[in-house]
Amino acid sequence: MRALLAKDLLILRRSRLLVAVLVVYPVAIALLIGLAISRGPGKPKVAIVDETPPGQTVQVGSRRVPVSAYAEQLFAQVQPERAATRAQAIEKIKSGEVLAAVVIPPNIAARLGSGLKQAQLEVLYNGNALEQSLVQAQIESALAQANIGFSEQIQQAAAQAIGALLSGRNLGVLGAPELIGLGQIPAKLDGIIARTPPGADRRALEQIDTFASFAARNLTLAKNVLTTIGQPIRVKTTLIEGRRTPLNTFAVVVAVAISLMFVCVLLASGGVALEREEHTLARLARGLVSRSGLLVEKALLAAACSAVLAFAMLAGIGAFVALDWGRVGQWLAALALGGLAFSALGVAIGALAREVRAASLLAFLLSLPLAFLALVPSGAVGAGLSDVIDVISFVFPFKATLQALDAAVNGAAPSLPGPLVHLAVLTVAFGAMARLWLRRVD
Amino acid sequence: MAEQAPGPLLRVEGLSKRFGERTALHEVSFELGAGELVAVVGPNGAGKTTLLSILAGVQSADAGTVGGLAARGPREVGWAPQQAAVYARLTVRENLRLFARLERVGDPAAAVALMLEQTGLAPRAEDRVESLSGGNRQRVNVALGLLADPLVLALDEPTSALDPGQRARLWDFVRTLAARGKGVLFSTHHLGEVRRYASRAVVLADGEVLFDGPPAELLLLPEAQGAEDLEGAFLELLRARGHA
Repeated sequence: MRALLAKDLLILRRSRLLVAVLVVYPVAIALLIGLAISRGPGKPKVAIVDETPPGQTVQVGSRRVPVSAYAEQLFAQVQPERAATRAQAIEKIKSGEVLAAVVIPPNIAARLGSGLKQAQLEVLYNGNALEQSLVQAQIESALAQANIGFSEQIQQAAAQAIGALLSGRNLGVLGAPELIGLGQIPAKLDGIIARTPPGADRRALEQIDTFASFAARNLTLAKNVLTTIGQPIRVKTTLIEGRRTPLNTFAVVVAVAISLMFVCVLLASGGVALEREEHTLARLARGLVSRSGLLVEKALLAAACSAVLAFAMLAGIGAFVALDWGRVGQWLAALALGGLAFSALGVAIGALAREVRAASLLAFLLSLPLAFLALVPSGAVGAGLSDVIDVISFVFPFKATLQALDAAVNGAAPSLPGPLVHLAVLTVAFGAMARLWLRRVD
Repeated sequence: MAEQAPGPLLRVEGLSKRFGERTALHEVSFELGAGELVAVVGPNGAGKTTLLSILAGVQSADAGTVGGLAARGPREVGWAPQQAAVYARLTVRENLRLFARLERVGDPAAAVALMLEQTGLAPRAEDRVESLSGGNRQRVNVALGLLADPLVLALDEPTSALDPGQRARLWDFVRTLAARGKGVLFSTHHLGEVRRYASRAVVLADGEVLFDGPPAELLLLPEAQGAEDLEGAFLELLRARGHA
C-alpha cells in the first residue's frame, strides 16, 4: 500500500492545476458561504417622500405629536434616501439606486388626528419575484417597527391626557383654570352629599358620585390598557440546550466543513476513478493490491490531505476570529472523522464512475445540495419536507461533520462523541458500498 | 533455443463464464506449451478478453479448471490488456518500478533495467507515459506484464492501436520471448498476424471453441473448402457453425 500511496502523492504533485483548484475552489466557496451566513441582512435602501407640510402635528389630548416623528422612526429602520417627489422616488427605484420608496401623504396628520380613519402610506418597489418578496418583507418589517415607535409616542400622549383627566392638572394652556380631576370628584361630592338634606337633589348628587367613581376606576384601567395595546407581548428568549454559538464562529465551522467535504470527496472519488480510467484497476486487482486495500489507501490519502487543509484554514481564520486553541485535540478528532466519512463517500462515488470527469461531476452534484440541505433550519420549511431533509442529512456526512466541528470548535451541542460515532458508522457504510461497487473491474 | 518445460504451461479445461443471461465462455478447453505462440481469434463478443482476463487472474470462472505449470500462482501469467494499463503521469521507469514493487519482484531495480533493455525503452525511461506514442505505450504495457518473469504472457489485442511498423517491432519482441521459452497467448482480429506469427490458433465464437490447431489447418477444414485464404476460411467456419 505504501508504494501505491507514494505513486498517488507523486501524481498529485504533478497535477498542479488540479491541486490548485482543489484548494482554491473550496476555500473560495467556503469563505463566500461563511460571509453570507455571518452577515445578517443589512437595512434596505429606501427612498422616502415626505409630503406632509413642515411642522404638522397630530393633536392627542393636550399634547401635539409631530408627524415628522413618524418619518424619523422610519429612517431608523432603513437606509433612508430622501426624495422630493413621488416621481423622483420612482426614478430612483427604476435606476436601482433604492430597493423601494415610501410615500408619506400630506393628509396623514388629519387621518391620525381624526381617530376614525387609519393613516395610509404608499410603498413602491420593483424587481423580480424573489426581489419583490425580499423587499416587501423588509419594508413591512421596517414599517412595523416604525409604527410601534410612533404608536408609543401617541400612547404616551394619550396616557398623559388620561392622567390629566384623572388627577386634574393644568392643561398647559396659558390662563386656563386649574381643572379638578375625575378621581377627586367622589371625595368632594361625598362632603357635599353629607351636607345636602334628603330629597331629589341629594339622590341626583349620589348618582353623579357613583358615576364619577365608576369613570375614575375605568379610566385608570384604560391607561393600563393603552400600555398593553402599545406592545401586547414582550419576548423573553431562553436557550433550552447547548451552548450558544456566535454566528461568526459558526460561519467558520461551516466554511471549514465545506472545504473538508469538497477536497475529500473530489480527491477520493477522482483517485478511484483514475485507476479505472487508466485501466490500471484490473492490473492491480489481479492479486497485487486487494480492492479493500486500494479503497482504504485512497480514502486515507484524501482524508489526510483535506484534514491538513482544513486545519490550516482553521488556524488561519483563528488569526481573525477568537477560537479556543485549548480544544485543538477535539478539532483534530472532528477533522479526522469528518475527513474519513467524506472520503468513504468519495471512494463510493469513484467506484461507481468510469472516469475522473464523471466522478468529479457526480461528487459536485451530490455534495453541494447536501451541504445546503444540512444548513436549512428545521423551522424554515414544512414538517414533511423538514423530515425528508433530516433523513437525507442523517445518511450523508455533512451535517454530522458540521455538528462535530461545532462541538469541537465552539463547544456547541450535541457534544462531540455523538457526531463522531455517527461519522464512524457512515465511514463504514460508504466504505462497504464502495467495496461492493468496485467488484466490477472493466 | 526455446527452453522446453516437462508439461504444458497452461491446461484449460471446461472453462465457463456467464454475465447474467449472457454466456461469455462455454466449456472452453485448450493447452499452451512452452515456446508456443497461440492466437485466440474470434469476432467481437466471442469471449476472447474474458478468457484472457480469467487466465490472468483478473476475473474468476464460473466453472472449469486452469492447470499446468503457470497455474501455480497469479504471477506466472503476465498480462497486457488491450488498452495500456499504465499511469500516464508517471515516467516509464516509475511505472515499471511501481509494478515491480507491487509484484514483489526480488530485485526491482534489476527487473526494471532488464525490462527497459528488452523492450528497447531505455532511451525513453525518464519520459512520462503520456508523452509516448501508442506503440511505445503498448511496449510499456507488455513490459509491465513481464516484470515478474512469468511463464505465460497473455496479450489482449496487443497491436490493435499500432501502425504497421510498430506492429512489426512488437511481434519481433514477442517472438523473442517465445523463443526464450515463454508461452504466449494473444487475442487478435488480424488473421494476417495469425498466419504470420501464431504456431496455433484457437477460434472462439459466442464463447465456444470452434477450432484449435495450426492456422494452416483451418484451410483444410471441410467447412472452409473453397476459401482462398485464412480470413475466408475463418468466415466460412463461422457461417457453417451458425455464428455468422
